[in-house]
Amino acid sequence: MTEEIIIAGFGGQGVLSMGKILAYSGIMQDQEVSWMPAYGPEMRGGTANVTVIISDERINSPVLNAYDTAIILNQQSMNKFEETVKPGGVLLYDPNGISKHPTRTDINIYQVEAAAEAARLKVGKSFNMVVLGAYLKIKPIVEHENVIKGLKKSLPERYHHLIPMNETAISSGEKIVKQTQKA
Amino acid sequence: MKGNEAMAEAAIRCGADGYFGYPITPQSEVLEYFMAEEPWNRTGMVVLQAESEIAAINMIYGGASTGKKVLTSSSSPGISLKQEGLSYLAGAELPCVVINVVRGGPGLGDIQPAQSDYFQSVKGGGHGDYKLFVIAPSSVQESADFVKKAFDIAFKYRIPALILSDGAIGQMMEKVELFEQEERLTDEQVIEKYGSWATTGKTADRERNIITSLDLIPERLEDHNKQLQAKYKKIEENEIMFEEIHCDDADHIIVAYGTSARICQKTVQLAREKGIKLGLMRPITLWPFPKKKIAEYGDTKKGIPTPDEVLTAFEKHFM
Amino acid sequence: MTDKELSYCPGCGHGTAHRITMEVLDDLDAIKDTIGIAPVGCSVLAYEFMNIDMQQAAHGRAPALATAVKRLWPSKHVFTYQGDGDLAAIGTAETIHACNRGENIVIIFINNGIYGMTGGQMAPTTLPQMKSSTSPNGRDTGTMGHPLKITELIAQLPGVHFVTRQAVHTPGGVRKAKKAIKKAFEQSFENKGLCFVEIVSNCNSGWKMEPRASNVWMEENMFPYYPLGDIKVNGELISK
Repeated sequence: MTEEIIIAGFGGQGVLSMGKILAYSGIMQDQEVSWMPAYGPEMRGGTANVTVIISDERINSPVLNAYDTAIILNQQSMNKFEETVKPGGVLLYDPNGISKHPTRTDINIYQVEAAAEAARLKVGKSFNMVVLGAYLKIKPIVEHENVIKGLKKSLPERYHHLIPMNETAISSGEKIVKQTQKA
Repeated sequence: MKGNEAMAEAAIRCGADGYFGYPITPQSEVLEYFMAEEPWNRTGMVVLQAESEIAAINMIYGGASTGKKVLTSSSSPGISLKQEGLSYLAGAELPCVVINVVRGGPGLGDIQPAQSDYFQSVKGGGHGDYKLFVIAPSSVQESADFVKKAFDIAFKYRIPALILSDGAIGQMMEKVELFEQEERLTDEQVIEKYGSWATTGKTADRERNIITSLDLIPERLEDHNKQLQAKYKKIEENEIMFEEIHCDDADHIIVAYGTSARICQKTVQLAREKGIKLGLMRPITLWPFPKKKIAEYGDTKKGIPTPDEVLTAFEKHFM
Repeated sequence: MTDKELSYCPGCGHGTAHRITMEVLDDLDAIKDTIGIAPVGCSVLAYEFMNIDMQQAAHGRAPALATAVKRLWPSKHVFTYQGDGDLAAIGTAETIHACNRGENIVIIFINNGIYGMTGGQMAPTTLPQMKSSTSPNGRDTGTMGHPLKITELIAQLPGVHFVTRQAVHTPGGVRKAKKAIKKAFEQSFENKGLCFVEIVSNCNSGWKMEPRASNVWMEENMFPYYPLGDIKVNGELISK
């Protein structure tokens, strides 16, 4: 099994940390992982993206131009990454702020209204965990207990009291994700 | 763990005595990691943010002159500033480790990963006829492991060792297994091991030790250069490292190092899925370079373009 | 000192400055615990004459070397010996930052207002109207800048503990300079901060004078611009 994912959105949406949690979750179940951010000025308030690969085998290239899954959280990223999803692959996005919705018919498209859900749950900062929950519902590549271990590993100890809140966000994401296009 | 952080942690664990550096993207995490980790509390290691890359490399010169295990890191423009210092270090035959997390150039270039400092690295880089031991990791694991390897070679041959990473390996996170903490040498152990040449204070029982790269007597300087070349020959005979992936039955072989080798490995995988017998030869040491090994492919492989044509191109452009 | 014959020009102050530095280290019984850093300039070969462990630095970088040596070997005496081109031109950044960090080292600064080794070019400390091979009609401060009083400049920095300006062209001066160097070594060794001793010296070859005349010229021209005496003692600036 090899899963190649791009997560892209605005800086501050928790794109990089979501990738990190996913990568750590993979490590927790003894898989090979790589986490490769686009770094530099792109991180300073503009768009941010990270490539995460989780595999049973040694990972070769950490940089890719086609992905099994694209998780897209703003319009700029939609413009850039819709085309990079492999045929039959997954595109997961939050329709909040998206004016041009994806149009491809050869991929599986899912929506998760994560921003709205996070606001409703009053867990604004766990927005990215709602998205993660939605992704794991579509592709349960890491087990729930390993996600929690991954969370613990990537959060500094002083934030560990926030883990239950993140768990709530993950499970609500699992519930509200819906498919809008079948390949 | 990021590649940059792995190198910093590895330096602490292999008992390094000092790090002197200056921030530059995409390697600032090295200095940041040290400052957050406070190795002076863990092992007694000294860490200092210098006023410039030039000051940092000269701090390395000062520290290495005393037999201590010291390292610095930077990225391409900063490494250019260190070249004078590297030439002095090579001339004075001092052991040290220098990390270059390469970014695009020339000039200020950009901050994206690149391999464009290849020539500078393998040809010496500064003035005078000298070499650095150059080793190129292609993963976070190797980033950590090669810090130790680089120090070993640096002290074995009294030569500056360069770890040629890049922005991709420096910034990416992968699983890494770190080796156990090794003890730092005490001052007494440093004097015992390296007191024959290091400037540790002239005791009554020995002549004074001088660290210099200056010799105003032409014949003596020539002898010194010959001795350096002999040392480089020995390193070329003994310290070459490379990895072969699917080379045995390959019709064509790609030669690539570092991040490029990772990407080419993907190419090999995709080609093999289509039935094309592609292999990958990854030089790990870039100086000394595994040229003999690559030359051998010319005799044993078939196909168009033949691997020896690849070699010719490589020789033409890289060697 | 080693037995090696000094390579300095007859009449030059370097030899005396070398000797009193070594005498101080002998008096302090510190030879075995001292690491010296030589510069680039006339005293590039200081390591040939000073009978201690020495490193020879790239041009201007001696304070960077000394910084690392002292931090890695806090139990040692560490000093640099630098000229005006090395310390106040190409090495300005290293000088100021080592001073600002308060490195517990001694800097001995020989100021003769000229580049001696390369044959008498203008230095940052060359006096106004003073002739050199690169200011043949005299230093024009309008286009060539003013003589840099780097000693007064670094004295302002909190990391610097002791700053003094001395001369070694008279027996009295030598005695005073030696006392100052001793104090510098003692106080830096007590981790009080950086101790800085400037020695205003002649360069009879570069100034194109015979030695005695160069000393008179130094008293008449250099000393008014670079007045002798303590500038900072125990971390306090001396008000004039």
